[in-house]
Amino acid sequence: MRNAFVQSLGILAKRDKKLILLTGDLGYTVFEDFKSKFPKQFLNVGVAEANMMGVACGFALTGFTPIVYSIATFVTMRGFEQIRNDICLHYANVKIIGTGGGLSYGHAGATHHSLEDIAIMRSLPNIIIVCPSDRNQVKAAFVEILKHKGPVYFRLGKKGEPDIYTPTSPFTIGKGIILKRGADLTLIATGNMVYNGLQAARILSQKGVDTGIIDMHTVKPLDEDVIIKVAKATKAIFTLEEHSIVGGLGTAVSEVLSEKGKEKIYFKRLGINDTFIETVGNQEYLRHIYGLSIETIVRRILKDFTKYA
Amino acid sequence: MKKPLDLENIAKTIRKIILTISYESKVGHIGSSFSIVEILVILYFSFLRINPRKPKWHDRDRFILSKGHAAPALYATLALRGFFPQRNLSKYCKDKGLLEEHPKHTVLGIEISTGSLGHGISIGAGMAISAKLRKKNFRVVVLMSDAECDEGETWESALFASHHHLQNLIVLLDYNKVQAFGSIEEVLQLEPLTSKWRAFGWNVLEVDGHSMPKLLSTIKKTAASANKPSIIICHTVRGKGVTFMEHTIDWHYLNPKKEQYYAALEEID
Repeated sequence: MRNAFVQSLGILAKRDKKLILLTGDLGYTVFEDFKSKFPKQFLNVGVAEANMMGVACGFALTGFTPIVYSIATFVTMRGFEQIRNDICLHYANVKIIGTGGGLSYGHAGATHHSLEDIAIMRSLPNIIIVCPSDRNQVKAAFVEILKHKGPVYFRLGKKGEPDIYTPTSPFTIGKGIILKRGADLTLIATGNMVYNGLQAARILSQKGVDTGIIDMHTVKPLDEDVIIKVAKATKAIFTLEEHSIVGGLGTAVSEVLSEKGKEKIYFKRLGINDTFIETVGNQEYLRHIYGLSIETIVRRILKDFTKYA
Repeated sequence: MKKPLDLENIAKTIRKIILTISYESKVGHIGSSFSIVEILVILYFSFLRINPRKPKWHDRDRFILSKGHAAPALYATLALRGFFPQRNLSKYCKDKGLLEEHPKHTVLGIEISTGSLGHGISIGAGMAISAKLRKKNFRVVVLMSDAECDEGETWESALFASHHHLQNLIVLLDYNKVQAFGSIEEVLQLEPLTSKWRAFGWNVLEVDGHSMPKLLSTIKKTAASANKPSIIICHTVRGKGVTFMEHTIDWHYLNPKKEQYYAALEEID
């Protein structure tokens, strides 16, 4: 996803000279090419995220479109109040790019695990949150978020995510994509969990549990219509995200279901429970241990099967 | 020939407005507002390239009141300079009012909503580097409090502005040596303040922040700074203009009683 982002950034920066990349000293081996091709559109602000957000606000209010880049935890947390006051309050046209969403930085440890970023960004007015699921969606979504003139949080994975879409797959901010329909249950997944969700849905369907899946790439504004619609056509909804179950996609979907959904539906959030990761391991390993690998997702869903079937 | 403006009289009027709107709305920050009156008068009536009839003019100088709690002083100045009618001042901090305790960017003449400390230089630096990249001539002026030097972001932005040679960025530091809950010396020592900023690569100037002629000549000197951002340490007095409010921390939050209000008004006159 990261490479796809850098590629589309290069294409779009060539067309729009007001696009400027600000990085908090991250992007070694990633931005060298961009920097040499567009030296006037690249600015390494240094390891100072709070200042970077303020600078981005100043750029945006004087006609630039700043693209602010760092690891998801740092970019959303170090300068949170600056994002709130300087960017969201002023409706500054700043795109905040968080790389390494979820457990992408597995071995790096808890400081690098981005498990609360969606929750805290979601609490802010005026911001749009997009979590693309593969490289093709990164490119399609990036074009759309640049068309939107306001604050966006764009949560990337890292690299090597399997393809789900083709380069021509359509993308609309705020419109969930129904990848598969299911009468027994529907998974609503976001970002780098969509692929695992899709595979789990196929396996579950083969096992006789008719499982659907929605790619909810935009967590804010949430596509309430698709949630309400699908809730009528399925017996259970499971949300799936590489993020804490507190405050993220699962919470957002539960808000819609509890206020606007039908009365009886089985609902469960799959994500990282309210905990820091204490195990050492790479992303795949941690997903397995914490129940977010394809196999463990299938197992967790089947375990509850009797409750909703 | 145009009659020269009576800046002293404007400063007096601003102090009276600050006192009155604070008294009427029972909101504090009088002391912090009084210490920046002369600075604002010089900026808005002698230095900034602005046009109240075209507040969004692209090439205007940008001013950011980083110490947002001194908003009453800014409101009074903007009203006298013609950005909005003076009658709007009576709606300061009232229910269904127009003006909040801290500046809001939706008010004509206000660039940035502030109130949380330490944000001003970062935003100003972003505007200043943007101006340089686009070869625009506007200048960016940030007015900050001394206590904002407690904030880490201030020093992040200080590094950034000097690294990028933002000579079009001018910071005025209101050094009244008193913060919300004590003197600077008691709470968190800033001295040696000028050498700190100099060590961060800034063009550092010092001035009596209540002398308008000196303020003007000092701020004009910043134009000679070829490749450094400038900071002017303005030595000021918290509560300046009303003897019983001067130098004390009380008037950060306090609001005058009726007798105090009239006594203060009389002294300003």
